[in-house]
Amino acid sequence: MNEKTMRKHRWQSGIFLLILIVLTYLSSAITTFNFMEGMATIPEAMGWIFSNLLVSQESFEKLPKILEKLAETIFMSIAATTIAAVVSLFLGVLGSNTTKVNNFLSVFARFIASVSRNIPVVAWSLILLISFGQNSVTGFLALFAGTVGFLTRAFIESIDEASQSSVEALTATGATYFQIVGKAVIPQCLPQMISWVLFMVETNIRNATLVGILTGTGIGYTFDMYYKMLNYNVVALITLCIVITVIIVDLISNYVRKVIL
Amino acid sequence: MEATYIKRKKDGRIHIMSGNKGDIVLKWTIIILAILTVVAFLFFNYAGLELGSAIRETAYNLKVMFLEPTLNHFDLGEAFYQIGITLGLAFLATIIGAVIAFFLSLMTAANLAPVWVSRTVRVFVAIIRAVPTVLWVLIFAIAAGLGSEAAILGMLFHSIAYLVKAFSEAFEEVDKGIFEALRSTGANWWHIVKSGVLPSTFTYLLSWTFLRFEINFGVAVAMGAAAGAGGIGFELFMASSFYFDLREVGFITYSILIIAFLLEVISTRLKKRYFPATTTK
Amino acid sequence: MSLLTVEGLGKSYTADKQILKNINFEIKAGEFVSIIGPSGAGKSTMLRCINRMVEFNEGNILFNQQDVGSLNKKGLRKLRTNIGMVFQHYNLVPRLTVIENVLHGRFGYKTTFQGLLGRYTEEEKERAFYLLEKLGIHEHAYKRCDQLSGGQQQRVGICRALIQEPKLVLCDEPIASLDPNSSKIIMDHLKSISTEMGITCLVNLHQVEVAQHYSDRIIGLNNGEIVFNGTAYELTQEKINHIYGTKTKDLIIA
Ligand SMILES: Nc1ncnc2c1ncn2[C@@H]1O[C@H](COP(=O)(O)OP(=O)(O)OP(=O)(O)O)[C@@H](O)[C@H]1O
Ligand SMILES: [Mg+2]
Repeated sequence: MNEKTMRKHRWQSGIFLLILIVLTYLSSAITTFNFMEGMATIPEAMGWIFSNLLVSQESFEKLPKILEKLAETIFMSIAATTIAAVVSLFLGVLGSNTTKVNNFLSVFARFIASVSRNIPVVAWSLILLISFGQNSVTGFLALFAGTVGFLTRAFIESIDEASQSSVEALTATGATYFQIVGKAVIPQCLPQMISWVLFMVETNIRNATLVGILTGTGIGYTFDMYYKMLNYNVVALITLCIVITVIIVDLISNYVRKVIL
Repeated sequence: MEATYIKRKKDGRIHIMSGNKGDIVLKWTIIILAILTVVAFLFFNYAGLELGSAIRETAYNLKVMFLEPTLNHFDLGEAFYQIGITLGLAFLATIIGAVIAFFLSLMTAANLAPVWVSRTVRVFVAIIRAVPTVLWVLIFAIAAGLGSEAAILGMLFHSIAYLVKAFSEAFEEVDKGIFEALRSTGANWWHIVKSGVLPSTFTYLLSWTFLRFEINFGVAVAMGAAAGAGGIGFELFMASSFYFDLREVGFITYSILIIAFLLEVISTRLKKRYFPATTTK
Repeated sequence: MSLLTVEGLGKSYTADKQILKNINFEIKAGEFVSIIGPSGAGKSTMLRCINRMVEFNEGNILFNQQDVGSLNKKGLRKLRTNIGMVFQHYNLVPRLTVIENVLHGRFGYKTTFQGLLGRYTEEEKERAFYLLEKLGIHEHAYKRCDQLSGGQQQRVGICRALIQEPKLVLCDEPIASLDPNSSKIIMDHLKSISTEMGITCLVNLHQVEVAQHYSDRIIGLNNGEIVFNGTAYELTQEKINHIYGTKTKDLIIA
């Protein structure tokens, strides 16, 4: 690197850093965020968490009820992810360049995926809540809507990566389109796809808490209820249950991933 | 004479599957997910649900939302201001998260830190990740008082966890040769980081940070709606749950969609340019 | 009697460049024919026109007295079951077993559903094992294809083509990714397919000596035109230079 490009480089970095600082300043101003104050609250907040957010003896009485709601949340997430995976499989096959039927359907599939992914899950929850009411189906549909978009994009990427070459070979044997998709493309990407599905199950369990708060279902609702009742011992217990669940799901999916990939 | 290399079932038919562990686990994963899904539908709480009318109403609502978007309770300037707040929350959580994650990931990368430090940080990060962001925000809201501080601190946690994983993986891919070359010149640890690790990974780190910003925008919307963090998410919540104004919900959804879409286009470009082969998590 | 007749074949991918120009040749049943020519001459394209993996623009191809160009979807599928294909990069499904990959050759004879469910008859499976044994890779039948060496994978590819019971096998540079030893094994197998089973072989090759050693007849292609069509004996050094263009002469000898 010679002197000139080096100076240019340094100059660019300087500008870039300046932009970041300006943006940070603007963001702090618009959100009325005080960096020093914010940082100062961390130790305070941690202190509060360790002294108040404790699981107490009597909160354990609520455990059966909590576990029931937790189960509802887990089932809701799994169902939403699995059904979304089936839909995404179709959209992914239509959308991928390797397996697309025609350009129109490919663009259509990608468009659906993009819209479903970019409308936030909270928007889906709130829209669905209006007519579906306070029940599991609302939460299920909200998670489903977001998951379809995400999985379709992931599946399209996996299918695109799968080798075009075996598709060519099967076409040359006189295989039909569905035989080619079912026997050459899907076997190649299935492990990758299942890995994404497992990732989404875990993500959805976390998202389900959020959706639950908004739609009044599952563990999110229970959390919100005790949170508003200022019963922090139960809040702590619920948080603990969620953490354990997510970690277990994470461990299981890591194991599965290791074996299948 | 029957050839021994042919595997047959009991009824004499020939096997064609390999029957290796990976395939079996894969098959059972799918079967179990399918069973759990069926079970889920049996156990769902269907209280107050009338599927037919719900679907019809939702279709109608979606039509109103997307075909007749208007603003009723606030004006366009206010809308921009609220979007600005949401972007600001996302930006602050990302940038502070990136700085903290940078130092933490130096302690996590297997080639830069002792094993026990790296293990500890990893376990710590896994636990942080397991708590949903909304719970972090709500917990901070009681502990630190409501306001942007709680939202940003809550969002910070997941940003750090995400970026530590991405950054430390980027650090671990740095060529060993660079370390040895620098060490042989007597450079100290900080020097190695500054002139060996940073230059070769800087663009990666920036791309990952931007990808997280894209995610954080969605999170910030969610926190506004569910945890009172303000911004466009809060307006969305008000419009749908308080005013029941579908046209306004439509307008807000469109505005979120446009921003999210722009961010996605940029991050797809970044991904294609800087890491074509990897997929993001 | 000729199995394959190509008349006035022309192909262009883009309007400005003609890849194949007025190609004419005939292949008799049971013949072993090699196609040689420099890179980009259009060998792969020509081979793929025969089973319409690539749609050609001009001319006629007659396979078994049937006009290939005018076939509908169903007819095309039928045609392809009669023509096996072997690829440079084997084109197997990497995660599936050897035996599954071989049986993929039967899809042309099945309904979509039978294929999707993997319904193969016992005769088909026995036949698959017979072929694997013939090519000496029966021990690997239950291994995943990506665990095999290149030469072994190519033999799986040949089995997949043979189980189609084809009249013609098209091979697109079957030995270009293999070492000399594996190359010899593959070429010997291909040769025996044509001599023992009476299946016609049309093989794209890069190695002139290999073509000369195995072929009944050699077709030389340069810049989309046939510039040589004759036996190995007729392929003199001068003709080789003509096919490859004089400048590459030293390269070929080396
Ligand atoms: N799908 C395609 N679209 C456009 N042009 C193509 C396509 N496939 C091949 N070509 C062009 O056609 C010409 C002939 O290609 P072809 O692959 O048939 O040559 P080849 O003789 O098989 O070469 P090689 O020995 O390198 O395999 C080349 O110039 C190539 O760029
Ligand atoms: Mg070629």
